[in-house]
Amino acid sequence: MADQELDAKGLNCPLPILRAKKSIAQMDAGQVLHIEATDPGAVRDFEAFARQTGHQLQESREENGTFHFLIQKA
Amino acid sequence: MSDEKKLAIIATKGTLDWAYPPFILASTAAALGYQVQIFFTFYGLQLLRRDLDLKVSPLGNPGMPMPLGMDKWFPVLGTAIPGMQSLMTSMMKSKLKSKGVASVEDLRGLCMEADVKMIACQMTVDLFDMEQTSFIEGIEYGGAAMFFEFAGDSDICLFT
Repeated sequence: MADQELDAKGLNCPLPILRAKKSIAQMDAGQVLHIEATDPGAVRDFEAFARQTGHQLQESREENGTFHFLIQKA
Repeated sequence: MSDEKKLAIIATKGTLDWAYPPFILASTAAALGYQVQIFFTFYGLQLLRRDLDLKVSPLGNPGMPMPLGMDKWFPVLGTAIPGMQSLMTSMMKSKLKSKGVASVEDLRGLCMEADVKMIACQMTVDLFDMEQTSFIEGIEYGGAAMFFEFAGDSDICLFT
């Protein structure tokens, strides 16, 4: 149940993180962002992003080569 | 006093490959909530040009992967032949694009957007007779003392 979608497929480090940060900035606290990415490095990067920013990484999964992340804004 | 973390970077190189580390680290740190400042000195000033014309050269760089395994068999002197630099530069640019890596211009723009403070070394600008009009707007000009004012307080300080 995402409030906002972000398509970061085909983008490489650090673009998925930068785009996510931008999207989150426009959201309200508690809202959830769904990110799709194809960069395998994004998995560890979004975990680290969440730990450092305080936003919550609710879900991180792979499906047919696409990574899906759900991040709830703190 | 803010409790924001701070990242200070000195950018000293002006080639296409070395343009990436400062801008990638600065933009990412800004996204993580860091306050970031980059001090551009010597060849690093090329990264502040309004019109970027950055090149990469295989010359003197045995670590650079080349097409067709050329880095293994191609004579070192051959990397100095005319046209090699522009060939490698265009190949590198198309490689970056095909892999979804942002262009240097884009990363620099993202840094500006994220309020990364960019300082051009005034001494180098004078040394090389560079024109302030050839640089992008929104940057500041200063010296080593100005850098230390921020760097002395930083959590991370890098030389690139």
